[in-house]
Amino acid sequence: MDALLLQFLNGLDKGSAYALIALGLTLIFGTLGVVNFAHGALFMIGAFCAVTLNRILTLSHEVIDETRTDFLGNPLKVDVPYVYDIFGEATGAAIIDWSVPLAILFAIPVMIGVGVAMERGLIRHFYKRPHADQILVTFGLAIVLQEIIKYYYGANPIPTPAPAAFTGSFDFGAMIGFEPNTIIYPYWRLVYFCFAAVIIGAVFAFLQFTTFGMVVRAGMADRETVGLLGIDIDRRFTIMFGMAAAVAGLAGVMYAPITSPNYHMGMDFLVLSFVVVVVGGMGSLPGAVLAGFLLGILESFASMREVLEIVPGLNQIIIYLVAIVILLTRPRGLMGRKGVMEE
Amino acid sequence: MFGLNAKDTRLLIIVAILTMLAPFILNPFPEGSAMAQFNAGYPDLMQRFVIFGIFAIGFNILFGLTGYLSFGHAAFLGVGSYAAIWMMKLLTMNVIPAIVMGVIVAGLFALVVGYISLRRSGIYFSILTLAFAQMSFALAYSVLTPITGGETGLQPKVLDPRILDGPLAEGATPKANLFGLTMSSSYEMQVGGWLFTFNVGYYIAAIVMLVAFYLAIRLFRSPFGMMLRAVKSNQQRMNYTGLNAKPYTLAAFVISGMYAGLAGGLLVAMDTQVGPERMFWTASGEVVLMTILGGAGTLIGPVLGAGAIKYMENILSKINSDILHTWFAFLPDGLEDLVVTLIYPFIGKGWHLTLGIIFMLVVIFLPGGLVEGGQRIAAWFRGRKAKGSDKDASGTTTEPAE
Amino acid sequence: MGILEVKNVNKRFGGLKALSEVNLSIKENTVHAIIGPNGAGKSTLLNCLVGKLIPDTGSVMFDGQSVLGRAPYEINQMGISRVFQTPEIFGDLSVMENMMIPCFAKRDGYFELNAYGSIGSQKDILERAMHMLEEMNMADKRDMHAASLSRGDKRRLEIGMCLSQEPRLLLLDEPTAGMARADTNNTIDLLKQISEERDITIAIIEHDMHVVFSLAQRITVLAQGTPLVEDSPENIKGNPKVREAYLGESA
Repeated sequence: MDALLLQFLNGLDKGSAYALIALGLTLIFGTLGVVNFAHGALFMIGAFCAVTLNRILTLSHEVIDETRTDFLGNPLKVDVPYVYDIFGEATGAAIIDWSVPLAILFAIPVMIGVGVAMERGLIRHFYKRPHADQILVTFGLAIVLQEIIKYYYGANPIPTPAPAAFTGSFDFGAMIGFEPNTIIYPYWRLVYFCFAAVIIGAVFAFLQFTTFGMVVRAGMADRETVGLLGIDIDRRFTIMFGMAAAVAGLAGVMYAPITSPNYHMGMDFLVLSFVVVVVGGMGSLPGAVLAGFLLGILESFASMREVLEIVPGLNQIIIYLVAIVILLTRPRGLMGRKGVMEE
Repeated sequence: MFGLNAKDTRLLIIVAILTMLAPFILNPFPEGSAMAQFNAGYPDLMQRFVIFGIFAIGFNILFGLTGYLSFGHAAFLGVGSYAAIWMMKLLTMNVIPAIVMGVIVAGLFALVVGYISLRRSGIYFSILTLAFAQMSFALAYSVLTPITGGETGLQPKVLDPRILDGPLAEGATPKANLFGLTMSSSYEMQVGGWLFTFNVGYYIAAIVMLVAFYLAIRLFRSPFGMMLRAVKSNQQRMNYTGLNAKPYTLAAFVISGMYAGLAGGLLVAMDTQVGPERMFWTASGEVVLMTILGGAGTLIGPVLGAGAIKYMENILSKINSDILHTWFAFLPDGLEDLVVTLIYPFIGKGWHLTLGIIFMLVVIFLPGGLVEGGQRIAAWFRGRKAKGSDKDASGTTTEPAE
Repeated sequence: MGILEVKNVNKRFGGLKALSEVNLSIKENTVHAIIGPNGAGKSTLLNCLVGKLIPDTGSVMFDGQSVLGRAPYEINQMGISRVFQTPEIFGDLSVMENMMIPCFAKRDGYFELNAYGSIGSQKDILERAMHMLEEMNMADKRDMHAASLSRGDKRRLEIGMCLSQEPRLLLLDEPTAGMARADTNNTIDLLKQISEERDITIAIIEHDMHVVFSLAQRITVLAQGTPLVEDSPENIKGNPKVREAYLGESA
């Protein structure tokens, strides 16, 4: 029982990432009708926003510390980050420590900017072209984006730590009445899950309760009619694209402490996120979230030792297997709407 | 000739001449010269040109004709490779059983994957094929390690049974051959400063490619090829014309999978090893890039695309900043640095960036790929010539109109 | 006994009853029109005949064989061809190729793997397609891209493609919808000529009364998913029930 609960929890953080990426993919697909192969790259850029902010904050200048000496007896040269000069040492250190959460603020404008530029500059011209063309051009864009990141940040993963307060784990099992040390769960994963839940909630609330969201939902259902009502749906869809980019970016920012960002992490997640979207049902937002968590958790269960002893390697293929079975038995996915992407 | 019309025959003959003379054509620069690094006429790369040409020709039969975009074609290449290497381990180092088995197994695998994936179309089809390929990769990587050698892959070993071959001589390593002619053996020809290499493996692969290319032309011009274009154009009309689109697309899928298996088998014949990374989805993405870049739906496009990408991968990627500095040494210092800094991100390790940009430009502006680009340039030249001659004509014949 | 016998067909979509107790008999070698106001179930009925929809209950027999549960291509192979409201042709192919495809389907059945022989060697198909193009007065357009034809020519081509299969029943779904008057009249003349010269049954769904009364020998009026009356054009014209259902009180 405790082992199952542990796997369930372990599945949550990956499931959260799948759900967030799939949510953005679905928003873009549902509103713009575009299949965005560059969406994983947005996730990756988000993670690199965390890296970048960390680098900016730790920008340093050399100071000679007279009180200490190096092994030759000369005064020690130490690197002092500029933030220390501005905020003082204690606050400065805290700011650097919290660089990942702070990167959320940094990432939002960056990601919206990237998303809007992408929509205006490229995607817009592909609304009327076949889906195959959209896949191809966004696939090309994904390659370009990831190569640019690779050029500036190198090919190696860059460790990006979570704030000290959230490193390490806690005994979740003991808290809810299990034997101590049965369910040890890292703090940051819990933070990630809560963060994802908040973002997902915010997106749904935004779509549900604002006029803007209402128009977008109407547009998802029937673009032409909404256009006829004299509503400038194109402008709203641009903003929508920016929002979807921001969601993917934020998912990436917060994921940086879980997996050290590297330039191909976006593609790795994208392939799975597509599967998630298809399983959830193309164009269904709740479906995307549901399928994201479902597949994340399923993957986690499949990697239990007891399971792997029976079916070795199941964790590697379970998502694809489920996707194939679902697509063949429920062609529209778990919660797909009728008429979306049907021939 | 060969049951082709004049235009196709000409194309086939040109391709045949180019591939047969490739060791010369691809080595235009003398050894030791500064430009020698642009020579692509070495066996390993030439083999890749033709083998990936086959892969792309096969992919084009599916995507170019029916419009079904498979994102998992590398799985068939990989399966073909594994089948081929097992033939080499169990039966003989002769490449023929290996290649034949590669084609058959890949075809059977494509039949299964195609049968399931083709129940859906559009984006669903793309994702289903992607899922199948990623699953095959994961299986080869871990679950099926006894058959695939897992992460390390497979090579023929001295102690393999190889029931058709006699025992190897003491200390000998198993070498892929065609009735005793080893694939790796080459004849080198020194002409002045030039060195030309004629490799057995390359010529065998090139002949197979020509046959594959010929068969693809026949397929394009056959009633079956026309039906596949009909599938792409209007499935509704097809159904209401008494034709079942399913077996047509499935047959195209299987044929295209067999081409991939053929390429996989040849890869093993040239370089007797295989690993799961050959099936990774990026490898599937690569054949998509090749086909689109060259021109989907055209005959020669995929071969051109495969050549262009393999050339970039092997030649462009080797240029580093030192080489750039020597090239632009004639410029004043500051300007030299500037030029090198501007160019550097796009070459060497950054060649993928160049590829990505070119690919995007092609998708946006040249849906017909390099072939369409060539046609447009040719048309432009003809147009200029025609205009020029019009002018001449109007200049000389100034008879009043009636 | 007609060539097409529809018996007690019902079809619901959720709470909406699209067809209720439809009975229809189309006699061989006649032109039979099915008319009715919008939402009367004309298109639903047509889709039930060609295999796109399966009725909830009832039977559809073509020449003594049931068509229910068969795929559209099987029904076509039985001898029913369909012309769509907006012409469905192979836009990316040439006019000649468009005409050859149904010829292949007629000769080789629903699937034939001939990936080696060239099209040029298929003399019988070429001849047949060319003959059909001539009959449609389109021989001069044989090498044109089908997508670049005019609307009227697309319709002509589509009808030609259907005829090249020598169907026993030709179904037309508002064949003149959205056409200019001249194109409409050309289409009427073409259909008239076809029905006179060929051994063929034509069932036509139409809005345009001009078309209906120029062509039809029998007319069935559908209203609210059920046949109101079936009669000759002359009698339909004078039938008050029809006027009421179709034209409303004002007429």
